[in-house]
Amino acid sequence: MNKTMKAVYNAAVVLAATLAAMGIGALVFAAVGADVVKAYGVILTEPLKDLIGITEIAVRAVPLTLIALGIAIAFRSGTLNIGAEGQMLMGILASSAAAIALPDLPKPLLIPLAVLAGAAGGAVWGAAAGILKARLGVNEILSTVMLNYIAAQFYTFLLRGPMMDPEELVTGSGTPQSVRIPRAAWLDRLLPGTRLHAGVYIALVLAVVVFILLWRTSAGFRMRAAGAEAKAARYAGIRVERYVVAAMLLSGAFAGIAGAVEILGVHRRAIEGVSGGYGFTGIVVSLFGGLHPAGILPASLFFGLLLLGADMTQRLADVPANMVLVLQGAIILAIVSARQFMNNPYVQDRLARRLARIRGRPAPNPIPGSPEACPDPSDSPDPCLADEPAALAGGGSRDVRPEDQR
Amino acid sequence: MNAGSFILNILILGVPFSVALLLAGLGETINQRSGVFNLGCEGIMAMGAFLAFLPPYFLAKTPLAPSANLIGILLAVAAGALLGLLFALVVVTFRAPQGIAGIGLQMLGWGTAGTLFRRYVGGVTGVTGIPSLPIPGLSRIPILGPILFNHNPLVYLAFLLVPVFWYILFKTPWGLKVRAVGTYPRAADSLGIPVARVRYQALALGGAMAGLAGAYLSLAQAKMFADDLIAGRGFIAVALVYFGRWNPVGIMGGALLFSLAQSLQLSIQVAGIDFPYEFAVMLPYALVIVVLALVRKARMVGPAELGKPFDREQRV
Repeated sequence: MNKTMKAVYNAAVVLAATLAAMGIGALVFAAVGADVVKAYGVILTEPLKDLIGITEIAVRAVPLTLIALGIAIAFRSGTLNIGAEGQMLMGILASSAAAIALPDLPKPLLIPLAVLAGAAGGAVWGAAAGILKARLGVNEILSTVMLNYIAAQFYTFLLRGPMMDPEELVTGSGTPQSVRIPRAAWLDRLLPGTRLHAGVYIALVLAVVVFILLWRTSAGFRMRAAGAEAKAARYAGIRVERYVVAAMLLSGAFAGIAGAVEILGVHRRAIEGVSGGYGFTGIVVSLFGGLHPAGILPASLFFGLLLLGADMTQRLADVPANMVLVLQGAIILAIVSARQFMNNPYVQDRLARRLARIRGRPAPNPIPGSPEACPDPSDSPDPCLADEPAALAGGGSRDVRPEDQR
Repeated sequence: MNAGSFILNILILGVPFSVALLLAGLGETINQRSGVFNLGCEGIMAMGAFLAFLPPYFLAKTPLAPSANLIGILLAVAAGALLGLLFALVVVTFRAPQGIAGIGLQMLGWGTAGTLFRRYVGGVTGVTGIPSLPIPGLSRIPILGPILFNHNPLVYLAFLLVPVFWYILFKTPWGLKVRAVGTYPRAADSLGIPVARVRYQALALGGAMAGLAGAYLSLAQAKMFADDLIAGRGFIAVALVYFGRWNPVGIMGGALLFSLAQSLQLSIQVAGIDFPYEFAVMLPYALVIVVLALVRKARMVGPAELGKPFDREQRV
């Protein structure tokens, strides 16, 4: 297969995955009796129609970027962090507690402190899952899911109890929320009349930091090595367990920062429903962005659009906003399926063979190692081992595989 | 309330609470024995719970009302099997990583159930649910009667399925195939066992069981549907499989342990013992983590190829 064909092939895979995900979405749209075209139209274009919509996309993209960056760190290091939701809540608690406890600090000191407190809160929650995995072999997916439920309960406990705004008791409304954080801890709004806040800069800077960490430092290289092939990394002297804990700790810290930024920039007090599924959407953003900061930034904007668009379909097309979960689930399934086909030389080769047969051309040369390259295992030298001269010289016998026996 | 009736109450509540975990856990055991780790269980349960809830909700005042529960259960089981097959397509045929694919399936199932629920039902509404069926004679035995023999039919079914699943897994040719493709798929393949087909079958069965577990939650336990009805029970069921060492009898023990923890938590609240509500709700989730940390050594008896896609063309 030549280069153009490969590009066409990869584009076809992406197109097929997109159609599959949108098809699943369309089924559910149809099931709720919505006009599928109109519903997709509302989701994908309605938020872009005015300045408020565009800034609101960016407001949603900030926590999504931060969470997705953290998940990418964990993913690249071989752990799957499903716990961003809980880590974000712990970050919110820590950062708002810090801001409320130190109201007299000047702004240049209080904001970094509050953000760092948030990072610490999330880091503790993430590291807990990392240590459980490294020391006791606890599956990190299950432990982070459970830590999400525990964090959610702990969050409501604090907001209904120790951290509740005393005003709420006086007025008797009993809304579970903390007092407003001091003005010195507020992140500035960038455009008057919108909620776009300075957290955008934090997200952009941290995206660069993550790129440098993972691809330009030796620690990042070791993390990626531990994630790509733990056994090989261990032989190379990398302490895989240590990097598992480090990755989960960092991943949690990023989710915690996302929580802190959301409070300091948008809500200005700890309230219920802040996380609103960002922890789960962040997983999709991270995968969609190819687990790389350069992909995560546009991906978070796209999913910011999707989240806002889904809110709007509720009003304009009478489709419940839960629909965004359906689309996210379908997108995850489509991405992980498509990844097995992208740049897969074996599938490309088989496809090229079939195309050649249809067009009546001679079949292209099989790639080494494919079943087509080994018509008979007794043949010697073995073309499967073309890239292993030592084995070829020794004439070592190989296992007979089912395909070879045809 | 004296101590005796307090404990009796915990046990009477605990047995039916264990059923959803038990049904989903049995299905997940089959999945994992075949080498596939299905985290989408939670999402399948959500779909099952919603679909089972629909017929009793819509058919309440029609002539079909008496069989509405049965229709609901069948719908849930069928949808569960279909979602299991969808998962098989992704992780067996396309060989996608199972952990993240499971999370995708969970979102898909949960989101679809929530979307359809808000569109067609809206608020939380109750259904009559499945009535309990005391077993004549046996249910009158003091203490044991109310604990074991005074429940709805699904409770009896779930406990009867424990030996059935044990038999299927360890005494039938199909069970042997399931264990073989989960332990050493290459050897199974060389003996002519169709690895992919067996995994598809196992995932369909596991999905059907998760659907049934969801139906139990909405029709028998809660007698209503809400977005967060499942509340992590699917994930707990997956954890239970580790705890129960991939053995149906062990799963039953684990499910009872968790349901007793839950009914203890409820009884504490009912008895008015001063204990923050939120910490009581945390209890089962924290228990999962503790249990997973303790069963580490049991890993050895697990299916060797758990979580690894099989590619017969891959070089060893």
